[in-house]
Amino acid sequence: MTKQDVIKTDAVIIGAGPVGLFAVFELGLLDIKAHLIDILDRPGGQCTELYPEKPIYDIPALPVVTGQELTDRLMEQITPFKPEFHFSQMADSLAKTEDGLWRVGTDDDTLLEAPVVIIAAGGGSFTPKKPPIKGIEEFENTSVFYAVRKMEQFRDKNILISGGGDSALDWTLNLQPIAQSVTLVHRRDEFRAAPDSVNKMRTLANDNKITLHIAEPVALNGANGQLESVRLRSKTSGEFDVVCDTMLPFYGLTMKLGPVANFGLNLHENLIPVDTEKFETNTPGIFAIGDINHYPGKLKLILSGFHEAALMAQQAFRYIHPDKKLRFQYTTSSSSLQEKLGVK
Amino acid sequence: MRITVTDQNGTEHKIDALEGWSVMEIIRDHDLNIKAECGGCLSCATCHVYVDKDWLGKLHPPRDDETDMLEAEAFAIEENSRLSCQILFTEELNGLKLTLAPGTEKDA
Repeated sequence: MTKQDVIKTDAVIIGAGPVGLFAVFELGLLDIKAHLIDILDRPGGQCTELYPEKPIYDIPALPVVTGQELTDRLMEQITPFKPEFHFSQMADSLAKTEDGLWRVGTDDDTLLEAPVVIIAAGGGSFTPKKPPIKGIEEFENTSVFYAVRKMEQFRDKNILISGGGDSALDWTLNLQPIAQSVTLVHRRDEFRAAPDSVNKMRTLANDNKITLHIAEPVALNGANGQLESVRLRSKTSGEFDVVCDTMLPFYGLTMKLGPVANFGLNLHENLIPVDTEKFETNTPGIFAIGDINHYPGKLKLILSGFHEAALMAQQAFRYIHPDKKLRFQYTTSSSSLQEKLGVK
Repeated sequence: MRITVTDQNGTEHKIDALEGWSVMEIIRDHDLNIKAECGGCLSCATCHVYVDKDWLGKLHPPRDDETDMLEAEAFAIEENSRLSCQILFTEELNGLKLTLAPGTEKDA
């Protein structure tokens, strides 16, 4: 793997949820340019991953807004500041450079350098849920995969896909034409996925182009990381083995703190303690805002994260523009702020 | 009023319960090991519990969206599986017994 050129910027924000997005705004007003990293492939964090269609009632001045609408509005609000996004990547390293900057690396080999880093990672990285099948770790990344990065990898394989949501259905449909065989396993004969995908899957099953089992995987058989069969348990026909060399379990995502735990920051029950003046961690130049931080009286509310972003930006300014005097202004009356916002 | 919660290690906890709270909130408030990461909006299955069979009939049955979420994202589902965020604690449930299911643990 080759490391790409290092991207230099003012601030690196880890997490593109609502609080990370609003941090772009507060930093932008102070002439601080930001890059954001997120494990998901789109902005919004929990708002778009967990509850895009669900209403939120406690955003000031928005009596009701869905997770997706809130994200869309924040994206619109920060457009003037031209944030740059690095999606589908996990921030996995943090180190100080010889020039006194912070260098953040990702699992996709992106390297970013900035005087300040803002951790707005919410409940942590969204990672696939692993089924509690004994010994599954032995097969991970050789025969068991929780995501499909390159379809070609699965050509001519005998694949068992488990799950009943959109991911399970989509990959059943996409891999069927190139795989040797596809077996779909779900606990019941109802699917929580796009109706069109379900219909297509049913057609393939009726035409014997895939095999559908209403069952649950309970054991994996094989050796040296190479899967040979999966034992299924069905309510009607008991336990039986399905021959396969590849298993793709899709049971949704869960949040895990992940590599942030190894950044050398103080942690308190998987949260990052900060002060309540600057929302800075025990390491100067590293901030934590939103659900991931902890301080006396902390409430895990989006509106708390917005407040934290505003105060964080003040201190970030002092690091990034040490020779400039911080001028407090209102967007209502300041022509220079209005210029930045592109409304003047 | 109290409920009895058996955690993932098999330890039994008798904890005070408040009417009008969800059972997930009661368990979380006592700092037991429950992830409950979506906070009760029925978007995950990390508050999955097994309800003691004697108590199952006293609960209102699950709505379709609770059943859907259990089937999609919970593991080791049994006949008595429920999402504890969807069980509203009332006086009638004084003494309720349940067990935290695998997959509900907070990150170590």
